[in-house]
Amino acid sequence: MAGLRVLVGVKRVIDYAVKVRVAAGGGGVQTQGVKHSLNPFCEIALEEAVRLRERGAAAEVVAVSVGTRACQETLRTALAVGADRGVLVEAGEGAAVGPREAAAALAGLAGRLRPHLVLLGKQAIDDDCNQTGQILAAMLDWPQGTFASRVELEGEWVRVQREVDGGLETLRLRLPAVLTADLRLNEPRYATLPNIMKAKKKPLEVMAASELWGGSLPSPPRLRVLKLEEPPPRGGGQRVEDVPALLERLRSSGRI
Amino acid sequence: MARTGTGVEIIKESQLKRNMPAYLAPWRASPCVFRSSKSELMPNLASDGVVCAPLQTFTEEETMLKNMVTKFAQERVAPLVQKMDENSKMEDSVIQGLFEQGLMSIELGEEYGGTGASFFSTILVVEELAKVDPAVALLCELQNTLTNKLFTTYGTEEQKRTYLPRVAKDTIGSFCLSEAGSGSDAFSLKTRAEKKGDYYIINGSKMWISLAEHAGVFFVMANTDPSLGYRGITCFIVDRDTEGLHVGKKEDKLGIRASSTCPVTFENVKVPETNILGQVGQGYKYAIGMLNTGRIGIAAQMLGLAQGCFDHTIPYTKERVQFGKSVFDFQGMQHQIAQVATQLEAARLLTYNAARLAETGRPFIKEASMAKYYTAEVATLTTSKCIEWMGGVGFTKNYPIEKYYRDCKIGTIYEGTSNIQLSTIAKSLAQEY
Repeated sequence: MAGLRVLVGVKRVIDYAVKVRVAAGGGGVQTQGVKHSLNPFCEIALEEAVRLRERGAAAEVVAVSVGTRACQETLRTALAVGADRGVLVEAGEGAAVGPREAAAALAGLAGRLRPHLVLLGKQAIDDDCNQTGQILAAMLDWPQGTFASRVELEGEWVRVQREVDGGLETLRLRLPAVLTADLRLNEPRYATLPNIMKAKKKPLEVMAASELWGGSLPSPPRLRVLKLEEPPPRGGGQRVEDVPALLERLRSSGRI
Repeated sequence: MARTGTGVEIIKESQLKRNMPAYLAPWRASPCVFRSSKSELMPNLASDGVVCAPLQTFTEEETMLKNMVTKFAQERVAPLVQKMDENSKMEDSVIQGLFEQGLMSIELGEEYGGTGASFFSTILVVEELAKVDPAVALLCELQNTLTNKLFTTYGTEEQKRTYLPRVAKDTIGSFCLSEAGSGSDAFSLKTRAEKKGDYYIINGSKMWISLAEHAGVFFVMANTDPSLGYRGITCFIVDRDTEGLHVGKKEDKLGIRASSTCPVTFENVKVPETNILGQVGQGYKYAIGMLNTGRIGIAAQMLGLAQGCFDHTIPYTKERVQFGKSVFDFQGMQHQIAQVATQLEAARLLTYNAARLAETGRPFIKEASMAKYYTAEVATLTTSKCIEWMGGVGFTKNYPIEKYYRDCKIGTIYEGTSNIQLSTIAKSLAQEY
């Protein structure tokens, strides 16, 4: 489909290799000075979008991130991988941007940019919510194909193969649609050095989240973190002789 | 004489001079003097025009580049390191990967297929690669600081048009200077180039030539007129498939085994005049000029080597428990580790600063020599200590530590031995005073 525009959501998260520590006060984790990177599932979504454009199925890939000014570096990486332009939806420094807020911002942006396809990662590795894509589809009243492991554009439709608990499910959705990428959709490329340098010249727009949220977000946010603590250190296990002894042990400790 | 709680109250100066203990006397005079002299040392930001940022400040591109190379090195190179070392052979997929990612043409202009990034970017790339495999870092370093630089600095438009797209795409370059009889004394080389009309005939043999196994183009330093001594040395560009050029069997080395080191012989090799790089008799100058920046590249390689080794060791020392606590928690260990970490940081700053000096076009020969000499020494110390800290496992090939130990030794030897570096530094110093 000529002129097909793909909107890709990219989230800036703490790098997967970092040892996460609870911040003082127990309200969150330490983020100051900690290495951040592009969410791996968002990388997969971005790779799929770039491949669609390279195949000629899509015309433009727009990367969008919702968060603080620091997300610019994430968008630059997305541009280096192959997005055509980037949009930073800037929330206030202290604003909690959860799935609902991110989806509302993306919905507002979709209203302006009119993409035919929105590609997101299935979940972010910091909160593991797995909600943004679904909430966004509901807000826009668009069909959704989540946990995508295969995406094929067919004119006004998109054929999505989903990895579900029972196996693989294939859906055919009418565009515009929201898809979320799962692990086996593709293997993301590295940004080559020439592309990293070219990313400098690609346009990166910054807009305020409040512009897009309009009146759709009731405040205050509906979720509040009560407590955050590290899991207890692992204790030793116990050995039992046979299955009846196992059942006895489980019963006596109140587990069953 | 009344005394307050904080010090001695002065009633009469003459009295004070008699009663003041000698070691307190300087205290009265020095603070004021110290402060004013310190302020004189502050750089004038307006005239310098340079931002006083820490040396580890990178531009956004340099940071993205560093992250990309880290990922590439971890995913595409790390799994193959042991195999490449055992077989003494660089994997084709690694060489291809380096070319594909644009890591072999970092500073080349975009018109030749390069990226047009800064020299500092090259240093960062070499450091990141060396953390995983110093042999792979060497390949990248030589291509960028030697091969590409020689072409761009001294090549004619014709030569640049012919060779630069090739070296950016898939051709490795190899620099042939050393011979069996001339290492540090490079300019006593015996390879001869005789002029015959509009071409030259090269005869001789080179030794210790890095990357010769895979190279597609060679820079051959040969003497066109031995009676002129080193002023006859000329640099020739010779394609691999030229008749008479023969790459010998690679050396079975202690370290950086994946990087090939071979003898290269020249038997009546015919080279057209148009393949002379720069001017006849100026080869010695080009060699010195290139090796000055190459030195910083090697410093980056040794730096990455030491850091990579260190990064593998410390987590182990924190996990390993002996006598009821982790090995890292023993004060003796902590002191040793802190000492090594400090020297590593000093080596890093020397290297980064030398790179920044070279970039801004300021004199950097002394600093480059210092960086190369110091990082090679620090790498040797670091790897040696890391093996000790790892204990028995550090001594086995199952862990990567012993490879770093073997690899580091070449740092004190090639691209100017440590003794040569020290002589260079001393020469610079002699000129300063």
